[in-house]
Amino acid sequence: MEHTAQMVPLNYYLFLSTFLFCIGVMGVLFRRNAIIILMCIELMLNSVNLLLVAFSSYNGNSDGQVFVFFIMVVAAAEVAVGLALLISIYRNIGSTDIDVLNKLKW
Amino acid sequence: MTETITNNPTLTFLGLLIPLLPLMGFLVNGLLGKYLPKGSTGWIGSLTILASFVCVLMIFKDLGAAQSIQIDVFNWISFGNIDISFGLWIDSLTLIMMMVVTGVGFLIHLYSIGYMHADEGFTRFFTYLNLFIFFMLLLVMGSNYLMMFIGWEGVGLCSYLLIGFWFKNDAYNDAAQKAFVMNRIGDLGFLLGMFFILFHFGTLDIQAVQEIAPSLTADSTLLITITLLLFVGAIGKSAQLPLYTWLPDAMAGPTPVSALIHAATMVTAGIYMVVRSNVLFALAPTTLQVILWIGVATSVFAAVIGLKQNDIKKVLAYSTVSQLGLMFAALGLGAFNSGIFHLVTHAFFKALLFLGAGSVIHALSGQQDIRQMGGLKKLIPITYITFLLAALAIAGFPLLSGFFSKDEILAHAFEQNKAIWTILFISSLLTAFYMFRLVFLTFFNSFRGTEEEKHHIHESPWTMTVPLIILCILSVFGGVLGLPVVFHVNHWLDTYLASVTAPSAALVHHGEALSHSVEIGLLSFAGIAAILVIIYAARKYITLRAMPEDDATITGLPKLIYNKFYVDEIYHSLIVVPLFKMSEWFGNFIDKQIIDRAVNGTATMMDSGGKTLRLLQNGNTGTYVFAMVIGMVVLFIIRLLI
Repeated sequence: MEHTAQMVPLNYYLFLSTFLFCIGVMGVLFRRNAIIILMCIELMLNSVNLLLVAFSSYNGNSDGQVFVFFIMVVAAAEVAVGLALLISIYRNIGSTDIDVLNKLKW
Repeated sequence: MTETITNNPTLTFLGLLIPLLPLMGFLVNGLLGKYLPKGSTGWIGSLTILASFVCVLMIFKDLGAAQSIQIDVFNWISFGNIDISFGLWIDSLTLIMMMVVTGVGFLIHLYSIGYMHADEGFTRFFTYLNLFIFFMLLLVMGSNYLMMFIGWEGVGLCSYLLIGFWFKNDAYNDAAQKAFVMNRIGDLGFLLGMFFILFHFGTLDIQAVQEIAPSLTADSTLLITITLLLFVGAIGKSAQLPLYTWLPDAMAGPTPVSALIHAATMVTAGIYMVVRSNVLFALAPTTLQVILWIGVATSVFAAVIGLKQNDIKKVLAYSTVSQLGLMFAALGLGAFNSGIFHLVTHAFFKALLFLGAGSVIHALSGQQDIRQMGGLKKLIPITYITFLLAALAIAGFPLLSGFFSKDEILAHAFEQNKAIWTILFISSLLTAFYMFRLVFLTFFNSFRGTEEEKHHIHESPWTMTVPLIILCILSVFGGVLGLPVVFHVNHWLDTYLASVTAPSAALVHHGEALSHSVEIGLLSFAGIAAILVIIYAARKYITLRAMPEDDATITGLPKLIYNKFYVDEIYHSLIVVPLFKMSEWFGNFIDKQIIDRAVNGTATMMDSGGKTLRLLQNGNTGTYVFAMVIGMVVLFIIRLLI
């Protein structure tokens, strides 16, 4: 069946994706809770997923969608490991505040 | 020119031994001296020089007057078209100089064994003396100007070391420094001359330069510049006006040093250099005129100052300056052979005078003021007789060596310019007068020192008197080297040096040759004048017992002369003081404010830069992430723009 409805312009997806990515970056830089930082990293990954799918749909090339699958798998694995680490740290230190977790600074 | 021998192994070996032996003596005494028994270092030092002298004699026997030996030890500098080898060149002139250097050098070494025997620096003395002989030999044997310059600088260094030998005395150190600095000023001229020669002739080899030179226009600016610059070097080294003030101060060194360096050898290096380059100088008559007038002026000026000095060594020092002036006057007249003749006879009698003075000082346990001497004639007879004969030689007493050499120069002067002859003649009369003032005040009448001193007076040991006697014989009979032709004999030195100086003889303007009667007339006139001056001095100082004034009471013209015309003071205020002021200014302003600030500022900058950059690695992961973000943004922007 033919599409007659207006398609959403690619630009919109670009701006959305960039916006989401920037929110993610600022979250990583400015938030103190480690869990929030992990969530923002997820946000960044997902914004990239969105953009890849948008490009793939508009160019009729399915490479982008396959790549998204990979990213999702990696993101999931990473979150699992990251949260496991965070739980371990919380059990030892008693806080998830990154200002407390500053042993790297001599 | 000469026939060059390059493939005779015996002669080459002997030629190499001549400078090597003193060098070995220097190394043995310098490095092993403190392990050797005390007296032996003196003998080691002396015997190396004797061995060197024997080698010189062996070469002298074998080498003809028109032959020369070239020894290229190794090829030293070669780039582009320029080839300078570490080469030695031995011809008749070199042999004469080497005989003087090693012969008189050996006698002075022997003398020093006795003179310095009580000194704690005995070994060091002989080390330096041997080093000096080595450099002096390099100077006279060098086949190119650079080799000569090595020797030139080296003897300057040894002069510094030996003048300041008793280094615990500040005044002596100052004298040594003064000698070195004034020599250096001359060396700058020599160096510039060498640069010009290298640039325009393409080579520094002396023989090559002499061959190329005649093809240039005579008296061109280039030749005048080169020869004047070389002569500036000679002015510094041979103590002519205006760079002569170091020589009287150099009397601070031990007397054998004064005898060897400041009478017989180092100061004659300038003369040697000019005679060696005689073709160059003959092609620049303007420079010869300059040399002539500087020589004449120095001769008279120094003789006048010598009239009023009271230190036995200072009188001899000014006498040396004056005689060197006479030698340069000879060179300026184009009479290169006569210059060398006077150099040789002067080496004999001046070394003898200095050694004799040393003997007197030794006998009086250090007294050098002639106003405190007197009546030593009977107490130290050998010293007295040798000193007297040397004084007669320098005064030009008939038939002694000085008579012939000096009068040869005067005859050349008479040929060319009667005015020059008059001035030089007056200088000779002054020489005779002050020398015999010295002799009569030191040896005649009665002793003016303390009774204690008189008790200690003793004749010197044989190591000191034997050199005196040998030098005396040479001073008396040395005239046979150059008997004038009017005596119907062959002038040996003239024929011997012909190969060296003949090329220039054709180029120099000679006056009309003197007829025999005029020459004999001049000889007799000079001889009789000398005798009359001696009689006048005898009357004044022996019969009338005239005494030089006390330092406190001297006034007027004698005071001016006694204070050496205040030349040292003038140099001090005109040159030394402004230099010190400039040095202070440089030190306070440029060094402290500018350079120190720049250096310290750089260090501070490094420090604060480091402190800032350190913050990049503060262990705060938030900062690292931030840096990553910034980097990403920058990359995006660049990607966007390109």
